[in-house]
Amino acid sequence: MSVVTRRATLGALAMPFVARAAHAATGRVVVIGGGFGGASVARALHAGAPSLQVTLVEAQSTYIACPFSNHVIAGLRPIEAQIFDLSGVGRAGVTVVQAMATGVDPVAKTVSLQGRPTLSYDRLVLSPGVDLNDAALPGYSEAAAQIMPHAWKAGAQTLLLRAQLEAMPDGGVVVMSAPANPYRCPPGPYERASLIAHYLKTRKPRSKLILLDAKDAFSKQKLFQQAWAALYPGLLEWVSLSDGGKVTSVDPANMTLTTDFNVQKADVANVIPPQRAGAIAALAGVADRSGWCPVDPITFASKLQPDIHVIGDAAIAGAMPKSAFAANAQAKVCAAAIIRALDGATPGEPRLLNTCYSLVAPGYGISVAGVYRPVAGVLTDIDGAGGSSPLDAPPDMRAAEAGYGEAWFRAITAEAFG
Amino acid sequence: MRLALFLTGLVLPGLFLPGLCWAMEAPPGASSCSGCHTGASGAGMVSITGRDSSELTATMEAFRSGARPATLMNRLVRGFDPDEVKAIAAWLAVQK
Ligand SMILES: Cc1cc2nc3c(=O)[nH]c(=O)nc-3n(C[C@H](O)[C@H](O)[C@H](O)COP(=O)(O)OP(=O)(O)OC[C@H]3O[C@@H](n4cnc5c(N)ncnc54)[C@H](O)[C@@H]3O)c2cc1C
Repeated sequence: MSVVTRRATLGALAMPFVARAAHAATGRVVVIGGGFGGASVARALHAGAPSLQVTLVEAQSTYIACPFSNHVIAGLRPIEAQIFDLSGVGRAGVTVVQAMATGVDPVAKTVSLQGRPTLSYDRLVLSPGVDLNDAALPGYSEAAAQIMPHAWKAGAQTLLLRAQLEAMPDGGVVVMSAPANPYRCPPGPYERASLIAHYLKTRKPRSKLILLDAKDAFSKQKLFQQAWAALYPGLLEWVSLSDGGKVTSVDPANMTLTTDFNVQKADVANVIPPQRAGAIAALAGVADRSGWCPVDPITFASKLQPDIHVIGDAAIAGAMPKSAFAANAQAKVCAAAIIRALDGATPGEPRLLNTCYSLVAPGYGISVAGVYRPVAGVLTDIDGAGGSSPLDAPPDMRAAEAGYGEAWFRAITAEAFG
Repeated sequence: MRLALFLTGLVLPGLFLPGLCWAMEAPPGASSCSGCHTGASGAGMVSITGRDSSELTATMEAFRSGARPATLMNRLVRGFDPDEVKAIAAWLAVQK
């Protein structure tokens, strides 16, 4: 007796478990984007219901991780430590297709691919990450990024910014610009400022770093500012929104950044522009006017296209930040919800965690954590849980958190990529 | 549990059922743990699956009370009440 027949027979008994199983056996789930969210959801779907047909579509042949790429910029880590591929996801039982997804038809339930046959799905998951919204920053463009790198997608941009810092003479001025919320990795610009300051302090101590910010407040602010005052006094200057920090245009030909009050000249300029969900989200009709994707906080199903789920940076996930940890946590909740839905069952209310470590100097780590639950349709912080590392922690706790950050990177990349 | 036994009695393919249970039965919050605790992490971020569930519960409650020092678990455990912690520990105990 074949497995299929046996399941069908049991299904006829209308046992809830078996009915689900028979259903799951015919499900086709396509995942677009093989980063932290997409690789994790593909693996979790296969592990949760091996009978599902799971196909992961990723445009790039290798994945270059952003977490710890600030360490690469500061010369603390080789870029090789950031490079992953999807062969482990393939070995785990997921069909991996290397192609750019160019369109989604939510009615026919198909995904068109560049140079490959169209895929059909019962459920689609999008985890396309972010696109840089250059149009929102006059003067910025892909060409401008070759002169004023963003380094907000890791790879050539990371190495370009590192090379520019290395080529800059001592006494130079580095200018960074941080965008308004929301954007990928809320503490990322401040970790980067810290590690660039560390590089300047140890290699080019007469230089200066100016961080122009479109915000008055940021993640782990007190901890960062405490560390900056202790480690980088006079070297790192943060200019808040109220102090005129918002960059309104950039001019790569003259190496200037314009704010409401000032024109700032730079020897090295790191421009982190505004962002939005990866382009495929808008093509699939799951992005709203904000450029991001509203989702149900229990299933991560799009509020605009219910058979399409959106996770990771592209999703509007309430209080959850756009982090690799969050993308991975959402992936596992989304996978469980999809399996349930394909089985005709209703998923229960989830709870999700986030943890983000930042390094402010070698051996000096800080963290922020959160626990989230849906409240009135929005993922909301649970009061009294989470929060930042204590301000008055002794040096051995900072050292421990620096070590935990590295351990986290090994864990999350192992879980996503195998 | 009873369902699982019942189905095993019917000789359902062994491979098939545990996978399904894994995804179905994770109590709220439990699936996030492996974002750090995969066993690949090292450096004190220990593997937490396949352990005695009462020992796991006691550890998490010690993080809550401060009896056991922590950098971050003390902040995360406060997102769960003691029964929820117990449910997570019981689920982790039967994971590989
Ligand atoms: C400097 C920096 C530091 C960071 N540090 C941390 C940290 O310490 N901790 C942390 O948790 N997070 C950190 N992050 C954030 C983290 O990188 C992101 O939150 C995470 O990558 C989001 O995962 P994702 O799956 O949403 O997107 P991504 O990881 O960007 O994956 C998206 C994938 O989709 C692919 N794709 C997009 N469109 C298509 C298409 N049409 N067809 C095929 N493929 C497509 C892309 O090629 C890409 O591989 C950091 C980010 C930066 C920039």
